[in-house]
Amino acid sequence: MYVEMQHIHKTFDGFRASNDVSFGVEKGHLAALLGPSGSGKTTILRMIAGLDMPDSGEILLNGVRVNELPGSKRGIGFVFQNYALFRYMTVAENIAFGLEVQKKGKKEIKERVDELLELISMKELGKRYPNQLSGGQKQRVAFARALAPNPQLLLLDEPFAAIDAKVRRELRAWLKEMIEQVGITSIFVTHDQEEAMEVADTIIITNQGRIEQIGTPEDICREPQTDFVADFIDCRRFQLLMAIK
Amino acid sequence: MEQQITKVKNRREIRVIPGFGLSMGVTLAMLSTIVLIPLVSLFTSAAQLSFQEFVEVVTSPQIVSGYMVSLSCAFFAALINTAFGLMLAWVLVRYDFPGKRLMDGLIELPFALPTAVAGIALTYLYSDQGWIGSFFATVGVKIAYTRIGITIAMIFVGIPFVVRAVQPVLEKMDRQYEEAAMMLGAGRRYTFARVILPELFPALLAGFGLAFARGIGEYGSVVFIAGNIPYETQIAPLLIMAKLEQYKYADATAIALVLLLLSFLLMLIINSVQIYMQKFSKS
Amino acid sequence: MPEKLQKKYGPDHGEDGIHSIQKVIEPPKGSTKHITRNILIGISALFLLVMLILPLAVVVVNALKEGWAAYSAALLDEYTGKALQLTLLATAAAILVNTVFGIFAAYLLSKFYFRGRELVATLIDIPFSISPVIAGLVFILTFGSVGWMGDFLTAHNIRIVFAVPGILLATIFVTFPFVFRELFPVMNAQGKDEEEAAGLMGAGGFTIFRRITFPHIKWALLYGIILCSARAMGEFGAVSVISGHLRGKTNTLPLHVEILYNEFNTTAAFAVSSILVILAALILIARNLVEWKTK
Repeated sequence: MYVEMQHIHKTFDGFRASNDVSFGVEKGHLAALLGPSGSGKTTILRMIAGLDMPDSGEILLNGVRVNELPGSKRGIGFVFQNYALFRYMTVAENIAFGLEVQKKGKKEIKERVDELLELISMKELGKRYPNQLSGGQKQRVAFARALAPNPQLLLLDEPFAAIDAKVRRELRAWLKEMIEQVGITSIFVTHDQEEAMEVADTIIITNQGRIEQIGTPEDICREPQTDFVADFIDCRRFQLLMAIK
Repeated sequence: MEQQITKVKNRREIRVIPGFGLSMGVTLAMLSTIVLIPLVSLFTSAAQLSFQEFVEVVTSPQIVSGYMVSLSCAFFAALINTAFGLMLAWVLVRYDFPGKRLMDGLIELPFALPTAVAGIALTYLYSDQGWIGSFFATVGVKIAYTRIGITIAMIFVGIPFVVRAVQPVLEKMDRQYEEAAMMLGAGRRYTFARVILPELFPALLAGFGLAFARGIGEYGSVVFIAGNIPYETQIAPLLIMAKLEQYKYADATAIALVLLLLSFLLMLIINSVQIYMQKFSKS
Repeated sequence: MPEKLQKKYGPDHGEDGIHSIQKVIEPPKGSTKHITRNILIGISALFLLVMLILPLAVVVVNALKEGWAAYSAALLDEYTGKALQLTLLATAAAILVNTVFGIFAAYLLSKFYFRGRELVATLIDIPFSISPVIAGLVFILTFGSVGWMGDFLTAHNIRIVFAVPGILLATIFVTFPFVFRELFPVMNAQGKDEEEAAGLMGAGGFTIFRRITFPHIKWALLYGIILCSARAMGEFGAVSVISGHLRGKTNTLPLHVEILYNEFNTTAAFAVSSILVILAALILIARNLVEWKTK
């Protein structure tokens, strides 16, 4: 799905969360919204999802204005920061939720759930409850649950924030691979530039509610367009990474 | 070895903060004088009856009907309170409107208003000449001096329990669960039934249990509106009172013991359900 | 995952803050969500009106039905004054005894670990779950003529049941856990590091309590006292059992209301009730002030 934001403004109780935000994400791309705390990146994600409404500006999905369309009808999968897994439902029931809502047949639901459990390599754990899972497993279930209704766009809010450092790196690679395998357009929010550089093919840098720069990791390193970007992004690690590759 | 360490640790803790002996002494002394020793009298007094006499007292038709009236009215009152309590808590947490603070403060009124005052006021309000009672009388429904009246009095005393049990849970509940359900395409009613209600269930159950228990034992607010017609509107606490007035202390004790046992069983059931529900909550 | 980690890598606090402000979401006007909201608020308001406000109105209207003269006559009645005195005495006794108990018990259960700690906590809660009628009954069975202390008390000419001491005891019993219940969670959450530090520096128990523990619990204590007085002044079932209804001698205000009501003297019954309504209103206001102060 092709995503476009045009001149978006959003204020919360006098706080300018989005100030003339415009950008586009190509179909099939994996984009990162990168910025320090309070820079407005989560707000952008939530407006695309329909969880918040912009004060002005247009949100376009596949070229169609969706400002008035409820989030549930936009064909978007959303992975929440703390996963928001329903704790009174098993892993399988969590994944099936979005399909049950669509009143899909029992057999169809079961097949889709099994397929997704296989995809996240948790085939044996379908009957577990969320509190019996590790952080990484919860993350994978949240991913599968968001994918279950076959969305055209996947949004992830700080997908690695709640995972401890050791598993993060592993999960990062896993998620990138999964998204590529499924071939879904994805946007994720992060405050960790290393994460953005490693995972995303497009990076959107936000600061104080504005977009500072949009480009591939290489572009941003080669030509930082504002002082903020030059200051915020540390490219040494990235160059090292490229050199190894 | 390990056990020894913990033992030493415990002893040290007791020594570091002074006042263990004193506070233990005062606590146990007061607890025993005011609560425990009087309660023991309940059992010694009941022992004056033989087992057969005991059974005879508590299974006599009038007494059994008293239990039934207390239990059934308290049950329905608690059920109605669970529905309205959930709604009140929801309105107070989720919406902003003029008079919200007043509404919030008012919930506590049944805790603060003496039960006897509530009792006579409700009786007046719902009697055939009362503001509400007269309205229902025209359609042929009597409220005061019937079980409906008893239930209404029990709703009055029980409503704060449910609201105050649900409110903090609803306040703390993470909006992400609802948002997640919405992003998966669920409508508001479906989200409420499948996602919000299970989250609130333990709190609702706790509120239900407290309101139920309070209803079973309630006397002051119920006794006036009940009218005390034998086999119709006599509640169990009133039967205890009646036996006392006839100086039948052992009979009164027997009825009281069964009533205690019933409340104890009720609490036991509710606690076990809550412990079962807790297995989901750590995360 | 451990809380420490969550803090370290934790969510974007700045932005999270914005969304948590949005706790109350006002749906746009005219939407079905807005209609649901109005219906729910309407039903809630109606419920409170019928269940809580109308009973209060009944008290006021009936108290003043026969005019101010009848109203003030009922209030200035000798027995009303005596009943008010006894109610205030019983409330004061309940506050005093249960504050002392609440502080010691909460200190004991929150600062020390010992075997049977949970049992003690459960026992303290008993009066809360007992029917007031049964609460009155246990004192009759203990101190009354049939009670096992009855002979001893008669021999020494001490009257507890059907007398003022019985009323005080019953009131203390029904309000017994109130102060403890407010203090314990606060003291428990505070932990015992500060007390231990002070103890290691050689401070005595009273100093530790006054300087360290008390500042943490003063609002909770006040809150507990408010709840305790609300229940104490309104207690009916327990004191009704144990009072023996000696008019003027062992009548509290709620009992006086009952007597007047049963004598079909409704104006007086509601007039006396109005005193209790005013006291209840004061307690509610105090409660809300304390809650607002501690938030």
